[in-house]
Amino acid sequence: METTVTASQTLPNSLRTGPDDRGHFGQFGGRYVAETLMPLILDLEREYRAARHDNEFRAEFDRLLKHYVGRPSPLWLAERLTEHLRASASEGFGAKIYLKREDLNHTGAHKINNCIGQILLAKRMGKSKIIAETGAGQHGVATATVAALFGLPCTIFMGAVDVARQQPNVFRMKLLGAEVVAVESGAKTLKDAMNEALRHWVANVHDTFYIIGTVAGPHPYPELVRDFQSVIGDEAKAQILEAEGRLPDMLIAPVGGGSNAIGLFHPFLDDESVEIVGVEAAGEGLDGKHAASLAGGRPGILHGNKTYLLQDDDGQITEAHSISAGLDYPGIGPEHSWLHDIGRVRYEPVTDAEALASFQTLTKLEGIIPALESAHAIAAAERIAPTLGKDKIIIVNCSGRGDKDIFTVADALGVKL
Amino acid sequence: MTRFAATFAKPQTALVAFITAGDGDTAANLDALVAGGADVIELGMPFTDPMADGPAIQAANLRSLAKGTTTADIFAMAAAFRARHAGVPLVLMGYANPMTVRGADWFAGECAKAGVDGIICVDIPSEEDAELGPSLRAAGVELIRLATPTTDPARLPAVLSGAGGFLYYVSVAGITGLQQAAQASIEEAVARLKGATALPVAVGFGVRTPEQAAAIAKVADGVVVGSAFIDIIAEHGDAAAPHVEAFTRSLADAIHGAKEIAA
Ligand SMILES: Cc1ncc(COP(=O)(O)O)c(C=O)c1O
Repeated sequence: METTVTASQTLPNSLRTGPDDRGHFGQFGGRYVAETLMPLILDLEREYRAARHDNEFRAEFDRLLKHYVGRPSPLWLAERLTEHLRASASEGFGAKIYLKREDLNHTGAHKINNCIGQILLAKRMGKSKIIAETGAGQHGVATATVAALFGLPCTIFMGAVDVARQQPNVFRMKLLGAEVVAVESGAKTLKDAMNEALRHWVANVHDTFYIIGTVAGPHPYPELVRDFQSVIGDEAKAQILEAEGRLPDMLIAPVGGGSNAIGLFHPFLDDESVEIVGVEAAGEGLDGKHAASLAGGRPGILHGNKTYLLQDDDGQITEAHSISAGLDYPGIGPEHSWLHDIGRVRYEPVTDAEALASFQTLTKLEGIIPALESAHAIAAAERIAPTLGKDKIIIVNCSGRGDKDIFTVADALGVKL
Repeated sequence: MTRFAATFAKPQTALVAFITAGDGDTAANLDALVAGGADVIELGMPFTDPMADGPAIQAANLRSLAKGTTTADIFAMAAAFRARHAGVPLVLMGYANPMTVRGADWFAGECAKAGVDGIICVDIPSEEDAELGPSLRAAGVELIRLATPTTDPARLPAVLSGAGGFLYYVSVAGITGLQQAAQASIEEAVARLKGATALPVAVGFGVRTPEQAAAIAKVADGVVVGSAFIDIIAEHGDAAAPHVEAFTRSLADAIHGAKEIAA
């Protein structure tokens, strides 16, 4: 395995020390924002550094994760899925599959881990209003939830197309007291919601905290979101050591912006025996409309950071497509771009059709309805597990539950509800 | 003397006019701006994701892209403008990705070839200067930096380091085309900025009328007007040039006369 580390990093034997002090992971990341936001971003960074070394902050974060979110989330041995895949594999093949059950968190996905961390930062910084962008609505629901818990007014920006396809989550956010702004600009999906949130933030920097929902945006967001989500990998490591007495052979997670994936991956980056696979949404296939920024994009600058982007020759951002609203984004977190370039993580595409099939497989075999995002990772596991020996262990991040997706799935299957 | 230096050496305050390239009949509108008395031209490079722009300029970006405007088209417009108007400073304004996608050296070289005097890049703050600044400076193209109400005195030296052309004071913390800043806060900021730099200071964001422009022109070296032009182009489409010229003249008269009136 290649373990090249850029010169700017301090501990050359670790892949876990990034970003550098200017927020770069290799050539990726950074702070590409309007001057108006720069002082605030620097403020946030200072505050985050202080909070990280503050035991009280840490204790409050842990308390909320345990008693409010319901952590630790279980690590479930998916025996029926494992057996099902072994049945069609060659003799002696078919890795054992564990699911990290982020779907069992309060609000139904990993998103809440990050929201708890960021709202504690907002409180620490004395900000009185919360904003967020959302695609599938999972991050919007998680943000509206913590805003309700902390009694702060909250505005969620959501592309008009996503508002239409994620109605249950829109209603949930409203019940939680959030204002949901349907964004009509651009392609009316997640990237446009993020543009609109940034526009609102620029005009309200004095009292507003922007809870970004994934490991994207300007430094220090990719770092702090990763750190808040790393509870996933820290728990998974302890749980697999307890269950199996050893590290897993492979990790698999879906990658939209990449927060659930980096949360699972980061604590394992220096464990060379662990293969790591991120799953990008290949939509209709890499020749058609898709959301696979690494497979089909090039490095560029958007939303405050440098990373792989779907774009044309002139640097205009092209529209992403995925059946899963949470993966429907033309970029990816900068740390993933770096892990891709240095070869530490392998990224594989999974299509809408494959995800749809795995959504049903997991539901029938394990009684677990996964989010369509998570179904992408299940599909990759179904593809890879039969090629590995029976003695191998895979942990798949079941990043969320699929209740929000039943309308989309019914529609795709031609079922009228 | 550079075109910027010659323009800002005049005793009167400069009218800096912004339109989006490829929105309407750009060549005709550029000529109308010059005929109406604009002193500096900012030509916006359309981008799919104009994060710092309000609804008017967002829509102009999308109209231009829908017509198929490319980066090559924009440089052709710039070169043709330079051939028609030898002395008027021309600035390209836009976002980092279209400017850097083929490499900063390529972009800086094309700017120099087309006779572009300066660049405003909204989303490259001084912290990320390496992305574009060194290439522009090597090619002799000025990098125009933005200062905002949130730029504190501690940051200002970093913002000014490597800056050229003029300093653009974004008078409101917000996006283009919406609110207008209080005159007192503009006066205070301009005085502070002029104390920190020898560069001319131009003030923009939210300036829509000759009256507002005249008030700002009393204290600033330049007044930037954008969304108000975009609104005219949105209304009149390819036939906007006469309207652009008339509005430019009303702004130019107000701005150019402001300092004499004050004195
Ligand atoms: C359940 C679930 N998984 C994954 C994602 C993708 O986001 P990320 O890549 O940041 O984990 C989302 C986003 O909405 C989601 O809801």
